[in-house]
This record gives sequence, C-alpha cells and structure tokens, in this order.
Amino acid sequence: MPPALATLSGLGAGRRPALPALPARTAGLALLLAVAFVAIPLTATDYWYNAILIPFLIMALAGLGLNLTMGYAGQASLGTGAFMAVGAYATYNLLLRLPELPLPVSLAGGGLIAGAVGLVVGLPSLRIKGFYLIAPTLAAQFLIEWIFNQVGWFSNYATSSAISAPRLVFLGHDLSSPAGRYALTLTSVTVVTVVAWRLVGSQTGRNWRAVRDGETAAAVIGVPVARAKLSAFFVGAAVSGIAGALWAFAYLGTVDARSFDLDRSFQALFIIIIGGLGSLSGSFIGAAFIVLLPILLTHLSNAALGGALDGGQISNLQRIIFGALIIGFLIKEPNGLAALLGRLRRPAC
Amino acid sequence: MSTGAAFLDVESVEAVYGASILALRDVSLSVAQGEIVALIGPNGAGKTTTLRAISNLLGAQRGTLRRGAIRWRGEAIQRLDPADLVARGIVQVLEGRHVFGQLTVEENLLTGGYLRRPSRRQLAEDLERIYAWFPRLKQRRGAKAGLTSGGEQQMVAIGRALMTRPTLLLLDEPSMGLAPIIVAEIFEIVARLNREEGVSVLVAEQSANLVLDYAHRAVVLESGRVVASGSSAELAASGQLGALYLGGAGDETRH
Repeated sequence: MPPALATLSGLGAGRRPALPALPARTAGLALLLAVAFVAIPLTATDYWYNAILIPFLIMALAGLGLNLTMGYAGQASLGTGAFMAVGAYATYNLLLRLPELPLPVSLAGGGLIAGAVGLVVGLPSLRIKGFYLIAPTLAAQFLIEWIFNQVGWFSNYATSSAISAPRLVFLGHDLSSPAGRYALTLTSVTVVTVVAWRLVGSQTGRNWRAVRDGETAAAVIGVPVARAKLSAFFVGAAVSGIAGALWAFAYLGTVDARSFDLDRSFQALFIIIIGGLGSLSGSFIGAAFIVLLPILLTHLSNAALGGALDGGQISNLQRIIFGALIIGFLIKEPNGLAALLGRLRRPAC
Repeated sequence: MSTGAAFLDVESVEAVYGASILALRDVSLSVAQGEIVALIGPNGAGKTTTLRAISNLLGAQRGTLRRGAIRWRGEAIQRLDPADLVARGIVQVLEGRHVFGQLTVEENLLTGGYLRRPSRRQLAEDLERIYAWFPRLKQRRGAKAGLTSGGEQQMVAIGRALMTRPTLLLLDEPSMGLAPIIVAEIFEIVARLNREEGVSVLVAEQSANLVLDYAHRAVVLESGRVVASGSSAELAASGQLGALYLGGAGDETRH
C-alpha cells in the first residue's frame, strides 16, 4: 500500500530531518570511523594517544552525557564531575571486589550505578525548574566529591587519596599500552554514542525534547514529564559515569576524586555550550575545542615566543587567546559550533 | 439544555490564585456528547482559568480549586493529573499554541501519540489521519515547528492533541494572533471534526461573533462569573454580547 509506505519512510525522515544529505553523512561517518579505528592506530605515537586522543574522546563522552540531560531534556546540571567520579569509583570497586566480571561489564555496571545516583540527584527537577536546578546538582557535586574523600571503603582504605587503577585486561589481552587504552576508549565511546543516537531519535528522545521546549504543553498531551526528566538524568549520568571510569582507568591510571571536581563539571558544560546544546556531534566538536585548542596554543606560542617570554606569561597569554576565541565563536554562532558547521555545509539554507 | 447524557460537568467551581485573587466564583457549565460549547467573555473573565481547572493545570500558576466539583462521565476528575485525563479522552490545546519549537512538525505530532503506545504502523496511520485534516502540515512535516507560521503552529497544536484520539477537546483561544482567514479555516476544521468524528469541543474565545457561528451553545463569563448561557442563536440574537465588551453588563469588581 503506497501511502502507508510513504508514511513509514516519512517517519524515518522525521527522525533524521536531513534525509537528502544522508548518504553523504553516512559516508562521512564511515570515513571518520575508518580513520579512528584503522588509520590512527597505524600512525599515532604514544604522545598522540596520551595527550590528545584519549582525553578528547573521554571528555566528548562526558559532554555527551550532560548534553542528553541538559541539551535534549533541558535539565540544567553542574553535577557531571560527580557522576564521573561515581562511575570511576563504582567501576574500581567492581573490578576489585568482583574480579571475575569481564571489563566491559564492570564499565557498564559503573555507568548504571552512576545513572542511579543521577536519578536521585535529578529528583529535585520535579519541583525546581531552569537555572535554579543548578543549585541541587551543585550540592551533589560537592557532597559526592567529599564522600569519596572521607569514606575509606570506596578507595579500599588506600593511604594515598590517589589509588592506582587495576590492570586493564580483556579476553587475555593486556590493554595497558597507550594503543590498548585508546582501543578501549574508542570502542566504548562508539558504542555509547550509537546507543545515545538511537535513543534521542526514539519516543523517549522526543519526550525529552518536548519537555525541554514546553513542559506544560508536553504534560497536556500526555507526555509523562516526571519520567522524562528522571530518565534523562539517569541516562545522562550513566554516560558521564562511563566517561569517568575511562578517565580514571584509560587516561590517568589512578582513581582520584580530585580529578572530578567542579572544574570538570564546568568543562563538560563549556563543551556542550560551545559545541551545541542538543547535538550529539556538538559534544565531540566542543570537546575538540576545549581539549585540543589549549594544546595547539601551547605549541604555537612556544614556537613563536619561546625565547622572548617566560613560561608563566605564555600560559597566561594562552588563556586570554582561548577566552577570546570562545567569545568570538559564540558571537558568530550562539547555537554552537555544530550549528556553524551545519550552516557551512548547507550555505543555501 | 444538553442534548445527551452529561459528559463534562463543571459544578459551582471556585478558583483562586495565590490564595487571594478570586478568579472563578460559582461557575457551572456542562458539555454534552457531540457538542461544541463556546466559553466567551473579555480578558480576565476566567475562560482560561475554567479550562485549566478542568485539565488540572491550575497548580502550575499557583492556583487552586477551592470549591465545587468537576465530573467527567460521572467521575470526579479534580485530582487526576493531565496524563490521566488524556488517557480518559480529555485533551487541552493551550492558549498561545506552545509547539515544541526545536522539534519538526512531524515530531511534534508524534509526541501526542505517546500515551496510547501505538504500534509503528498505527502511529503512521494516525499521522496520515492528521495530515488529512491539516494538509498544510504534511507539506511542512520536516520543518522545525518553531519556524512555521502562527496558523501552522496552531494546526500543529491541535493536530498534536488529536493524536491522543480525544473525545473532548479543550481549545483555549485558537484565534489568538491569527489572520481572520486562518481562524476561519481552523474553526471550519474543528466543526468538521465535531460532525464527522464526534469529538466534543469546549472552546474559550474572545471573538464571540466568530465562535457563535460554529458552537451549538455558549456560556458567557465575566469577572469570573457566568452571566449568560444558551444556544448560540439565542445569544447572538439577544444583543447582550455587545454590552459585555463595551462595559455595562454586570458589575465590574476586581480584586
């Protein structure tokens, strides 16, 4: 029956509005994945893995978690760092106490526990709206950081506040080398991103965006507002939790609550503001901007001014340039770099 | 003078905002199955408050129902949340449309299908049904709803409500800010929905002359009180309505 068929394909179109551009987009994504999975491992050095690729991918994932909660469902949060800490400590304890679990299960378990904590932190969203919601999530950020520093059980009563992570082994392969940690990070980020992409196109994702765009309007047509908000907190915190576990195990090699402080939450927030609220690719673009640009600036300024200025002045100069760039980009495109790139791709619109 | 069994019954309702502003006093009205009832009156008469009382949205504006009862097919519904009301067949289209701006027209419509959890195929059929009522929306299905015209947004809001397959549609000021020709088009569709699908409608509207052309009956509100009610023809003939908007009908007391 042609009309029904037309409608079904129309449903697909509703999910991905840019239907005509889809083949090009799919090809671009395939190319990107081929580069990430094949070309980079063939060419990258340890410096690239440790200083650039791994932190970029992990912060993109942390930003993506916040983007689901804040960009898609409209629930402001400054608790990303806390959710990352929960993910890191939960995965650490799962690896420590249940060593028979394979690594992916421990990672996913850490994510689920972080999600459960996110659900609790999200409870005030049922009463508090907009920017005011930042207050309870900020409280959670401080409280959770404090708990991990105070309660010895979480860090297995380690004398140092930074505990070294257990060895990363999966199916007999040791993943401790930079290439192995990159493979672990890239695979986790890819899987979680695909799941998130399916989710935001589903009815759940539509409900999130409906609640964000008009809570009362969503309620009167039967969208379960409370469930949408809490599920957004759960999923967002779970994704950030996995990012936190990767940050501890694949990047730092230690589990330390101090690496998940308020600064980390702000970093995730800036990533999605600069990259684009409510855009999955925006999380990656924003992370590239926040993580990579300072490194680039360091290299450039060292090369240009290395002899002329001392190190402290150079790093201050970098901050000034970095801040100016953020302001410049946001003036050019308040909806983030993802929107800017989208416009460049389709100059006609 | 209802034509069938009482469907929606609003009985002596009194509503207050912030515990001090009396918005409705002793408002009673009913909608029978298959009827279009208009709720008319000037700004601040209590039209929106009445609709919000029925769909239990007063709490969002710090309002409460202090007295009276609202019954739907004999069941008291004051304590039900909006989702439960939708499940029972009552859906409201808010004043000022409130489309989900960042969602496409089609995604907006799809959000209305959530509660019934229809199959993919049924959802597609429901969408086709809405597009049959509002052919304009089909052309704009992929456009972001926030970028469509006011008339299209009103159609999206009504279409989204129809996706819940309601038996009673509460329409709040559908003409707000729209060109007369678009308003007529929208009322025409609402009247056809009523005739052909038996959807009952309670519509709050300021432009009384317009809505009386489509409604079977009307209830006139002023300063939170019912000052007149009757068939549309009677009210239009009585000449009371002119006085209502120009002042002089009933005493003006505001708190």
